[in-house]
Amino acid sequence: MNTEKPGTSGLVLNEPLLWEKGRKGRVGFSFPLQDVPSQALDEEFTRDDLDLPDLSEVDVVRHYTRLSQWNFGVDSGMYPLGSCTMKYNPKLNESLAALEGFSEAHPLLLSDLSQGALRLMYELQGMLAEISGMDAVTLQPAAGAHGELTGMLLIHAYHKSKGQHRTKILIPDTAHGTNPASAALCGFTPVVIKSGEQGILRAESVAELMDEDTAGIMITNPNTLGLFEENIHEIAEIVHGMGGQVYCDGANMNAIMGVVDIGSMGVDVLHLNLHKTFSTPHGGGGPGSGPVCVKGHLEPFLPVPRILERDGRFELSDDFPHSIGRLHTFYGNFGVMIKAYCYILSMGAGGLKRASQLAVLNANYIKERLKDVLHLPFERPCMHECVFTDRYQRKYKVTTLDMAKRLIDYGYHPPTIYFPLVVNGAIMIEPTETESKEEIDGFIDCFKAVVKEAEENPDLLHQAPVSTRIGRLDEVEAARRPCLAG
Amino acid sequence: MKELEELVIPQDLRYTKDHEWARAEGDLVTCGVTDYAQDQLGDIVFVELPEVGEELAEGGQFGTVESVKAVAELYSPIGGEVAEVNGALEESPQLVNQDPYGQGWMIKVRPKEPNELDKLMDAQQYKDMLKGLE
Amino acid sequence: MRYLPHTEEDIREMLGAIGVSSLDQLFVPVPDQCKRQEPLNLPGPMNEWELKEHVGNLAGEMLGGSKIKSVFLGAGSYEHYIPEVIPYLLQRSEFVTSYTPYQPEVSQGTLQAIYEYQTLMTKLFGMEVSNASLYDGATALAEAVLMAFRVSKKNQVAVSKLVHPHYREVLKTYLKPTEYSIIEIPYGPDGRTDWEAIPKTHDIAAVAIQSPNFFGCIEDLEPFARIARDEKALLINCFTEPLAYGLIKDPGSQGADIACGEGQSFGIPRSYGGPGLGIFTTKMKYVRSMPGRLVGKTRDVKGKRGFVLTLATREQHIRREKATSNICTNNNLCALAATIYLASLGGSGLRKLAQINHDKSEYLKQALSEAGAVIAFTAPTFNEFVAKVDGLSRRYQRLLEKGLVAGLDLSPYYPELKGHYLFSVTETKSREDMDYLVKEIT
Repeated sequence: MNTEKPGTSGLVLNEPLLWEKGRKGRVGFSFPLQDVPSQALDEEFTRDDLDLPDLSEVDVVRHYTRLSQWNFGVDSGMYPLGSCTMKYNPKLNESLAALEGFSEAHPLLLSDLSQGALRLMYELQGMLAEISGMDAVTLQPAAGAHGELTGMLLIHAYHKSKGQHRTKILIPDTAHGTNPASAALCGFTPVVIKSGEQGILRAESVAELMDEDTAGIMITNPNTLGLFEENIHEIAEIVHGMGGQVYCDGANMNAIMGVVDIGSMGVDVLHLNLHKTFSTPHGGGGPGSGPVCVKGHLEPFLPVPRILERDGRFELSDDFPHSIGRLHTFYGNFGVMIKAYCYILSMGAGGLKRASQLAVLNANYIKERLKDVLHLPFERPCMHECVFTDRYQRKYKVTTLDMAKRLIDYGYHPPTIYFPLVVNGAIMIEPTETESKEEIDGFIDCFKAVVKEAEENPDLLHQAPVSTRIGRLDEVEAARRPCLAG
Repeated sequence: MKELEELVIPQDLRYTKDHEWARAEGDLVTCGVTDYAQDQLGDIVFVELPEVGEELAEGGQFGTVESVKAVAELYSPIGGEVAEVNGALEESPQLVNQDPYGQGWMIKVRPKEPNELDKLMDAQQYKDMLKGLE
Repeated sequence: MRYLPHTEEDIREMLGAIGVSSLDQLFVPVPDQCKRQEPLNLPGPMNEWELKEHVGNLAGEMLGGSKIKSVFLGAGSYEHYIPEVIPYLLQRSEFVTSYTPYQPEVSQGTLQAIYEYQTLMTKLFGMEVSNASLYDGATALAEAVLMAFRVSKKNQVAVSKLVHPHYREVLKTYLKPTEYSIIEIPYGPDGRTDWEAIPKTHDIAAVAIQSPNFFGCIEDLEPFARIARDEKALLINCFTEPLAYGLIKDPGSQGADIACGEGQSFGIPRSYGGPGLGIFTTKMKYVRSMPGRLVGKTRDVKGKRGFVLTLATREQHIRREKATSNICTNNNLCALAATIYLASLGGSGLRKLAQINHDKSEYLKQALSEAGAVIAFTAPTFNEFVAKVDGLSRRYQRLLEKGLVAGLDLSPYYPELKGHYLFSVTETKSREDMDYLVKEIT
């Protein structure tokens, strides 16, 4: 068994900025033939010279190859970012998404010429409806936050259809920042509900705040502490009792596929993150996809266009008079949807359930094995992620940030830090199901080594990371004197 | 983070529960944030201040102060009209960290009611409040 | 299953360490009434070879089983050659499988690439700052309008009817629950926005036009900039075809406050409409009101140059309901594609390619006109134009059978333009392709 820690320093090359390379007149592009006469555009519309760097193909390839080597990805090693679900991104799905029939398809082709894409989207909708236990789906939102906005718009339209204009929405203190931000875009005022001492919402807290001016509640289940909101049923009843709607942020769906029926929890509308639960790659920040699933009573308000099926043929239709309208230029991130579709077909029902079970297994295993060295704020079973704090390390003047940076030297991407805000010095670890036992054991051993260093030699942590090309960066100067373009 | 004993809490100032301070200077009242506030926020990168002439309510928001990872709202200790703002903070927001009661002052207000200052906490009361926060 | 590494032995050991006897026991905190009673009813699982065939068949069904040879469609999604270098570099694991660069020491690749993207965008559009991308052109416009409302504290926006119809629909959706209202600016007979029709109410937060507009015509920004100045409003110049800016004047030099739109033309496949690239650029004085991520240059502890996400206090994870936008995940990998594309083209190459697009489009325009079609508008165009071809709607289906998608019928979007079609011509169309279209269409 290999007991060497993965982190080391390799041959990583320096590389300047694009405009610090190249020579005027160099080109990295192959021009098509000029087989038509050249026609000058009116001078009054023509721009002056374009000050962009000229590079050869070799310049470009070397530049981006070197830059890529400065990044850590899931393919480099374990990336236990809580609430991000950094699971393995299947390579087969990448090549299937790049098939010419899909990649070269213009979105405004007539339905007759787009049956493959429409069928794929229609089937994906059905799969997501089944997985979530809801009735209807829109694939249009381009990311989770976009899905949250969609959900808020749906709830707003629902109340308007009943002649009501509600102004508030309940949001737990553990919520991701996109929740209140999305609610505010819709004109709702977020009202914060404090979670109970157990880390989950208490029905009484909701009952105290719920009234007929409240449009509903936004909950995340499992929540951002990795805990299942056990009182969800009662909470949904309270909200429904006053005519409100229940929105579920499904970012943590990876814990419960095949196990939990979200539809039966009293949820009216939910968004999913294809780039989390459904294995599509994060791409350094996107693109993602944030489909929204609804119960039947919200279906009339779904965005258009929608896909209709008749005798095995598919068509797009705008004929939904109560729809909230369009949210994306075309139909959403189709290229991302293909990958999620492939993933679901590869896993099947049994595979998806297994994935969730193993994700929860991995997180609980880490929790058990690290709780003797790291402070665990909630001593209860977690779901697919667990949260620790830096309380034990503070006496050595070592913080969550220091430990995170030192993990980099050990060869791991740090977990999520300082989120959720309700836990001081939070360290949120989500291994996902695609990490093997040896990877996780390795991670645990390295974290324990870091904790030991915190006690015996804290400066190692204060100076970390030292094995990367770049050390800690001056974020204060970057904010005080922003330099955002070269 | 500083310990309670290390915090600077000048005797001659008045304090709010949101960690602003106020000092009477002639017919104006100078306001800023306390040593505790700047210590909690960390390196300050930006201060958003009101326009001269703006009317402020007592306890009303007059601006924001930002560190790299946090934003805090600033609330006026007294009601009145903004007479001056500290332009130096635009180029040098770190003055709030370095000298929160001196060069890090934020606004000068012409008070509506001259006795509003008396309603605020004195140094001892503020210190006691901080003790309670621990 | 090859994505799930656990063996039965692994599972046993781990359950033992946790102190439970089965995987089901891990779900004890989930109340029974929330648990599924039945297993999921889903197709599959398919092995790699079955999946390849199944999805291959779906892709094969597209474009009528590839009997279509030439697609003359634009309208917000453009056919451009994508150099092989781009998909090759984009496949590098470290770019694809990494997350948002919150830990800058292990994300300098992404961060420097985005700083380069931001810089190229500012140069191309004559602006001072660009964000790291938004979802697409339509949401970029919606965010621009919301930003104008924030900055100006006014309630109305004047939007040209020649902004892409879908962009206008998305804007309407975003504004529906708010107090804000949209005034539509009509167009004139030359195919450009009628600036004289903008009401001078002094309540306008922004004037939004698109150039080249939906009809492909290049707008003259000068009167709009003047009106925006007089109204103390922001001028928003949006676009669907950024390649035009290799040739036409940049919005910044003409008085635009925000230049935003779709970047798909820059090395990103059409992919049935997504993912695209929402480009958003503006002036430094508005930076704290901007949506989206920003990458800034700085130094590390040893003084070495590096890059970080900065001004994050605008964003949702810090500012929450007071954030400049709710955006979190953006279209980062697409921004990278655009940067590699522009790096490959270079300044000289971009201009040359834009010129080729214009030349090809003018050739088709003239050829159609000579064959009896009516070119609807007199304003200069870039690589799209509107033509009225007699009987085209009758012959459209037959043209499909001949392998031709002969433009976009405009009547669903502009009922007053029955019989008018929008033709897009890029560097991908050869002279033969165009001659064939003209021959069959008339």
